[in-house]
Amino acid sequence: MITKKEISDFLADRDPALLEKLAARAGRITAAQFGKVISLYAPIYLSNYCENNCVYCGFRSSCGLKRKKLTPKQIESEMKIVAGSGIRNILLLTGESRKMSPVSYLMDAVKIAGKYFSSISLEVYPLDTDEYLELYKAGVDGVTVYQETYDRNRYDELHLSGKKKDYDYRYKTPERVALSGIRMISMGILTGLSKLGDDLYDLFDHLNFMERNYPGVEYSVSFPRLIIEPGDETDYHKITDMDLVKCIILTRLNFPRVGINLSTREDASLRDHALHFGITRISAASNTSVGGYVEGVQEDPQFRVKDLRSLKEIEKVLRAKGFDPVYTDWRRIDNTPI
Amino acid sequence: MQNNPPLEIAGKKIKNRFFLGTGKFGSKSEMMKCISESEIDVVTVAMRRVDADAESENILEFIPDDVILMVNTSGARNAEEAIRIARLAREAAGVDWIKIEVINDSKYLLPDNRETAEAVRVLAAEGFVVLPYMTPDLYAAREMEEAGAAALMPLGSLIGSGEGLQAKKFIEILIKESSLPIVVDAGIGRPSQAAEAMEMGASAVLANTAVALADDPGNATMAFSLAVKAGRLAWLGNMAEPGNIASASSPLTGFLFEE
Repeated sequence: MITKKEISDFLADRDPALLEKLAARAGRITAAQFGKVISLYAPIYLSNYCENNCVYCGFRSSCGLKRKKLTPKQIESEMKIVAGSGIRNILLLTGESRKMSPVSYLMDAVKIAGKYFSSISLEVYPLDTDEYLELYKAGVDGVTVYQETYDRNRYDELHLSGKKKDYDYRYKTPERVALSGIRMISMGILTGLSKLGDDLYDLFDHLNFMERNYPGVEYSVSFPRLIIEPGDETDYHKITDMDLVKCIILTRLNFPRVGINLSTREDASLRDHALHFGITRISAASNTSVGGYVEGVQEDPQFRVKDLRSLKEIEKVLRAKGFDPVYTDWRRIDNTPI
Repeated sequence: MQNNPPLEIAGKKIKNRFFLGTGKFGSKSEMMKCISESEIDVVTVAMRRVDADAESENILEFIPDDVILMVNTSGARNAEEAIRIARLAREAAGVDWIKIEVINDSKYLLPDNRETAEAVRVLAAEGFVVLPYMTPDLYAAREMEEAGAAALMPLGSLIGSGEGLQAKKFIEILIKESSLPIVVDAGIGRPSQAAEAMEMGASAVLANTAVALADDPGNATMAFSLAVKAGRLAWLGNMAEPGNIASASSPLTGFLFEE
């Protein structure tokens, strides 16, 4: 595996020729492995209740955010709008509140989603293996869980209270997901929290461990950038566009088969450029507010959408760049074990 | 005069022995153009990409009706999942030709022969025309043949690698020992590699990456079709191996004939 020093050297490197060369190589690997296609997905935020207190987060339990949770009927209304636009891969998200969005609530949402989508992923609080198994049987194909930062001390500093304070429980989440049979796992770091090179190394190490021990899973990674909340004076690390580009390139060169996601948190220009050297999946026409598709508003600044283009506009850009937009990339089958 | 009878699988006559994969094309209309211009007879489509209710393009609409559609079980990690995907293909798309892909390793994408053989057994018994994608292994080939496979699809090298016939020796053994058609699948990056597979007696070749990623996929498809045909004719012509043509004398056994 690539060393910590090689990663930090590359992140510090200022040679445009080297960067261009490696970007081209990453692009060739991506095309050979995934083809000239880009998968599309959209998120639906079900609930923003949260029991954790994370210094950097606009959802944190101590902030004054207006809390909302969709009823099953509201969930269905959101889904109808998203499915109506053509999206077939859905990511269902909640804040990390087991109390307000219990597994039974997630199960209901997954069952409704089954009527509208061909692939269902969850980004919720970490669960136990038997709970993942129940969700898998109900039709969940993927789980997204970010370690945020792999630096234990920093993690402890930033996560003040709540279940999320338990570093190891979170670290072992991908393993519990894999053991349940769920086929796709998305991992990542919230870039900006800690020293990027170190976090990237530890993410690669984690990914390597997962690939070796759970080879049947399809892995992907994301590199969301921290958006600093007003009034938060914590000492964060600035993440530039170049840093993000280098994260994508390093991932592709070291993990040819791992998917790389890029959400609408990044602006249109960066997203369009990144298609050429490693990105395999993008969200599109996202609304990141609870109930936002029905209400047509975006309100939570933490998950602010920077790429506001419609699905049709994004589809047009993809085609112009020679990529086939892929809406359906999984057909749900009965997941009941034999 | 050419005497080049078509390949026959499950009663269907296949003239163009170059089979086309569809998953990696940058545009479906480009793919369709490749199929029609080169008169492709067999294409494979992943069931996971098929969406009859799509708001956007439905891939099946880009496959001409006279082409043999072979749905593959991409995404299956074990026999049971492959079986479920195959049944879904029959139910949703009315397709009976199944390329079984059982892959439980997302890093190398190597097929699991044991699970594949199990899926062959169940699906062949259900009346599917089953073409298993496999690592070329004689024991697995025998098992799949006995289980009712219609053809075998050994990999030339790793999917998408373009490294050609890395598994040449083992594919040769399958060609020699199996009575089923051998379709070399995966890793074929150049028409010359496809020709090489046909020259050694393969019945057909399947590729996708090499064509889909070419600057001009139409020309690339035609090049593969012609190379596959040339390789086939070379095999039928039973051309002598270079180096075995001339033998000036018999240094080893000539003494037996000396007066």
